Amino acid sequence: MATKARSTKKAPSKTSKAEMLKYYRAMLLIRRFEEKAGQLYGMGKIAGFCHLYIGQEAVVTGMQACLKDGDQIITGYRDHGHMLACDMDPRGVMAELTGRIGGLSKGKGGSMHMFSKEKNFYGGHGIVGAQVPIGTGLGFANKYRGTDNVALAYFGDGAANQGQVYEAFNMASLWDLPVVYVIENNMYAMGTSVARHASETELYKRGISFEIEGEEVDGMDVMAVREAGEKAVKYARSGKGPYILEMKTYRYRGHSMSDPAKYRKREEVDDIRSHHDPIEGLKGQLLELGHASEDELKNIDKEIKGIVKEAADYSLESPEPDPSELWTDVLKDVEVA
Amino acid sequence: MSVDILMPALSPTMEEGTLSKWLKQEGDTVSSGDIIAEIETDKATMEVEAVDEGVLAKILIPEGTEGVKVNAVIAVLAEEGEDASKVESKGDAGGQVAADTAPSDEGVDTETDSSEVEAPKAAVLSDPSIPEGTSFTDTTVRDALRDAMAEEMRRDESVFVMGEEVAEYQGAYKVTRELLQEFGARRVVDTPITEHGFAGLGVGAAFAGLKPIVEFMTFNFAMQAIDQIINSAAKTLYMSGGQMGCPIVFRGPNGAASRVGAQHSQDYSAWYGQIPGLKVVAPYDAADAKGLLKAAIRDPNPVVFLEHELLYGNSFPVPDLDDRVLPIGKAAIKRSGSDVTLVAHSRMVGFALQAAETLAEQGIDAEVIDLRTIRPLDTETVIESVKKTNRIICCEEGWRFFGVGAEIAATVTAEAFDYLDAPPARVHQKDVPLPYAANLEAMSLPNADDIVEAARRVCYVD
Repeated sequence: MATKARSTKKAPSKTSKAEMLKYYRAMLLIRRFEEKAGQLYGMGKIAGFCHLYIGQEAVVTGMQACLKDGDQIITGYRDHGHMLACDMDPRGVMAELTGRIGGLSKGKGGSMHMFSKEKNFYGGHGIVGAQVPIGTGLGFANKYRGTDNVALAYFGDGAANQGQVYEAFNMASLWDLPVVYVIENNMYAMGTSVARHASETELYKRGISFEIEGEEVDGMDVMAVREAGEKAVKYARSGKGPYILEMKTYRYRGHSMSDPAKYRKREEVDDIRSHHDPIEGLKGQLLELGHASEDELKNIDKEIKGIVKEAADYSLESPEPDPSELWTDVLKDVEVA
Repeated sequence: MSVDILMPALSPTMEEGTLSKWLKQEGDTVSSGDIIAEIETDKATMEVEAVDEGVLAKILIPEGTEGVKVNAVIAVLAEEGEDASKVESKGDAGGQVAADTAPSDEGVDTETDSSEVEAPKAAVLSDPSIPEGTSFTDTTVRDALRDAMAEEMRRDESVFVMGEEVAEYQGAYKVTRELLQEFGARRVVDTPITEHGFAGLGVGAAFAGLKPIVEFMTFNFAMQAIDQIINSAAKTLYMSGGQMGCPIVFRGPNGAASRVGAQHSQDYSAWYGQIPGLKVVAPYDAADAKGLLKAAIRDPNPVVFLEHELLYGNSFPVPDLDDRVLPIGKAAIKRSGSDVTLVAHSRMVGFALQAAETLAEQGIDAEVIDLRTIRPLDTETVIESVKKTNRIICCEEGWRFFGVGAEIAATVTAEAFDYLDAPPARVHQKDVPLPYAANLEAMSLPNADDIVEAARRVCYVD
């Protein structure tokens, strides 16, 4: 049943240079994008709640590499990274953060509420844990239609305590729904550490009483994530039912922009940054394997910075939604037969 | 001493049933716990166990008899040593003894009141949307709802129904009866008792393009799921700038049942009626229930469809028309009148129609509007009526504060102030949790007499 996977720091040989470079770019895009979002928040251009994904990039990047067309993704409110990983337009994401008409939700959703039917990204949900039954419903729809698609439902260690998560686990296992539950355990539910909020801190075991396989994964290592993800996705895709992956990860920033993060020591953050950073880790491997030179990686960094700058510029140039938008999208029109 | 065997009440709302089969015959010895007969209620076939021991002396109600009232004497048991051929019933035989749990003349047995409403038949027959010459079939609200689901499931493969006991049990209130047999377990899904979870699962399926009908055994249990209904189903279209959609129906009985206490008796019309992004439907008769449920299933938006347990067994004429889909958001004038407007929805429509008959005898000509939809509210029909009658009574089963009636009264005051000859009046449940005791329950719930009294007041008769 629930197993603790050994951490693999070594790049599996099956990963090609092109794939590794792709993950590097994807993670770097999220990192730089989030840094820019933090900066714009500080300037007052982004308001409200803004939960940054910095530090957790390997999780969504590794998992995305396991998916195929038609697979769905859903997550909670720390969702910018997931959207970028789904190949949603960074300009649309950033413009949503600034509340402009060019945003993915026309400025009406904000940081926590963005969607893309085209990219099979189902949000962006602000209520802790609500995305878990919804994601289970995406899996239900796949099975109902007889497709072999899989739904990924991401949630955090905090959401893992919500009752509806277990209601969803029960039905997913009972009906063998193709869902992979990805628990992003970043050690803190807002300001409360796992040890202080969870009676069973090994969250991959939370499916045991529902007969759901679970595995602990080094969520700071994109290769380890991909390896575990492939196994889990294959399992769900083959019709065997749901699977739980507990990604041990870490967020460098506060819970949201307004969080001073007094509940943890600066040294703890610094230690993870200097020894376990997912981007630095992959960078080391790329260099070691001779897949890229320092200069080449610098060029990628430059290119990513360009994309992020363009997104930021766009998000500030795009106008606020027209007042008429206040009244649109409340209900869909009923088609008259 | 002989013992009377009475027709048992087998559910909170059962008033009568069919004695479908005797499993013991006259002269048979009966021990306590023996199954002596089978009784069919409108919800299920139930077995009747003997409580006392003795010899079944006389069967007073032959098997196959329909409409046997609860508490009617159905057989007589001779006790040990008694001559079975000489025993006589002490009670009233022949199904004449009706259930009468009400301690006062007003009667708590309100289901009887509503089921005896005759008025709506004429009103439905005169519906201008039904072509002349259309035939009608008397159908219970329960079957009308079932037919609506079955028709839509035949029409659209993406429609499925899920909920507690909807499949193998055939529905806790038999509203999904026979759907499993026709559509199979893939499309008629029994869920665990896990409202929050399966409501959310339904929302996800709807996001993915399916059209779930989520049955709540009652809307009281939907409070467990209300976050998914409001935060996920209702708001996502807006929050996604129009990209997403949630074509889902949340349906089930709403409001007071009978003697089930406060936690199982609440009207949620006003709760859901407040939420932009939801449509809220609360029909009264079978034809509306069918036509509006079909519309709800086809609607691309989340629809909260509030049924009423005490109406499920009531029959109304349903037009024999193929695929009659009614517009959500349109009220119906169920009775035309000129002196006072009675606005109601769901079960209160029956009381309003009863009240209108009583008022007619007193020379007051009431117009009865069935809102049918709570959101979007058809204020136009209400205001047009008030412009004619100049008086309005807002009737609802729920509580007064921040209720449907409050909204209508405010709208009428704002938009037809100059037409009003009296302040809008409200009839509603008393401002307490619904009590269990029969007399207190009856006092708490609004009825036809309350409407008559309110109407007389605004007409300045008293």
